[in-house]
Amino acid sequence: MTCIDVVVIGAGPAGMAAAVAAAQYGVDVCLIDDNAKCGGQIWRGHQDQSVEHPREDRFAQLQRALERSGVELRSRTRVVALPAPGLLRIETETAYEDIRYRRLILATGARERFLPFSGWTLQGVMGAGGLQAMVKAGLPIDGKRVVLSGSGPLLLAVAANLANRGARVLGIFEQARFAQIAKFGLQLLGYPGKLREGAAFRAATRSAPYRTGSWVVRTHGDHSLQSVTISVNGIARTIQCDYLGCGFHLVPNLELPRLLQCEIQSGYVCVNEIQETSVKGIYCAGEPTGVGGLEKALCEGEIAGLVCAGQSASHLIEQRNRYLRFSRQLDRTFTPRPELDQLSAPDTFVCRCEDVTRGTLDSMRSWREAKLHSRCGMGPCQGRICGPATEFLFGWNSEHPRPPVFPARVSTLASLVETNIAES
Amino acid sequence: MRRSISAQIATPTLTLTINGSPISVAQGTSVAAALLQAGVAARTSVSGEPRNPLCAMGVCMECCATVNGVKHVRTCQVTAHPGMEVVTE
Repeated sequence: MTCIDVVVIGAGPAGMAAAVAAAQYGVDVCLIDDNAKCGGQIWRGHQDQSVEHPREDRFAQLQRALERSGVELRSRTRVVALPAPGLLRIETETAYEDIRYRRLILATGARERFLPFSGWTLQGVMGAGGLQAMVKAGLPIDGKRVVLSGSGPLLLAVAANLANRGARVLGIFEQARFAQIAKFGLQLLGYPGKLREGAAFRAATRSAPYRTGSWVVRTHGDHSLQSVTISVNGIARTIQCDYLGCGFHLVPNLELPRLLQCEIQSGYVCVNEIQETSVKGIYCAGEPTGVGGLEKALCEGEIAGLVCAGQSASHLIEQRNRYLRFSRQLDRTFTPRPELDQLSAPDTFVCRCEDVTRGTLDSMRSWREAKLHSRCGMGPCQGRICGPATEFLFGWNSEHPRPPVFPARVSTLASLVETNIAES
Repeated sequence: MRRSISAQIATPTLTLTINGSPISVAQGTSVAAALLQAGVAARTSVSGEPRNPLCAMGVCMECCATVNGVKHVRTCQVTAHPGMEVVTE
């Protein structure tokens, strides 16, 4: 088995920037991604759009650079286990393989934080980013009535995107208090790019009310969504709609960093000035070090890529620190309020894979007890959805994950046992 | 009046089957989006609830269905092709 100089996991902005930065200095780079196309979540669907100014479009630039770079791209591929130090077991639709790396860059991105509420499993209810991804993947939205709820700047971005595609956005309901949002707005003055972006999003959705201190209380409908009840500063109102997009800011994908024993503090992977984790030779870039968006991901990815190619990245560190501060401000602003704990009733499912209710979990004392006694977090998503929810509801910390980190085929796992025996 | 992007572009369609019934969707549509468009649940939960995708990015597993005989496929990560056979789980 050949050893690859740099393996990058995740082909979003951070991973693409890392791969391109490293490859330009002649090192072998392999870029692994779960999706069919590069771009991660933020550039999902971007690949198929004709771009007005390709020279100014950052995705188009990176994509071109990647194509010219000689990076080996492995799409539709997931890392499922670590058979031995320096070795990754990857699985595609039809096969599995082990690849050996000298240096590893984790650019695993983030997902939405979901908090359970009455009726969140009804057809037509999705994450806010989830709804946008579905629309980018062909779900017709023209003329549909959409309500967005939850927390974070993603709500505005999704509202603008869906409105541009003809959706009737009936309201954007942000859980954070007005005072928090106002403070955040003032801080944005220090980030003119972000401010412009926010203003453009808001301009695209002028007709839709943006309400702070507001959240979805429950949904209504027998087979599919008919309406949602929203609490706006304590006053309930019901809105008829076709789709509800609801997500409470983002949480990083930490399964692989955890499996690799990288140190994690306050929910993020600890890295030093050059993006190296607590494990030598393993680097991390983008959302897993702090949810901060596109610019932070590009900057950190470039640093990690340069360092892995033996180059200096000192010119980027000041910029990175600025984006990192911005990410901490995002977290402070969009942390779910304690009152949201009341949104799930005793019969509300918290774990959607195993249909475990809030009532069942209320009597449990820990994540481990919940897993053992109720199967919460034991289904195919492996706690990716209910883990952050139970952390918010009960303060439980998900434990160290065990391989496989994604459901895998038996053939992939059976040979894993053989590898373990051979290596031991 | 402002015209939406989707109204301006007439995308070619393709036909796949969901539980044996043909459905036409725009080219490039994911199987998960085709299921939602057809109003068909991708899977039935362990207590019998119909489910459709939550995250639409391959994480929540709510959109898993059998595609061309392969079980537990995350349909949000798969683009629909002509003649594709989708069976809900």
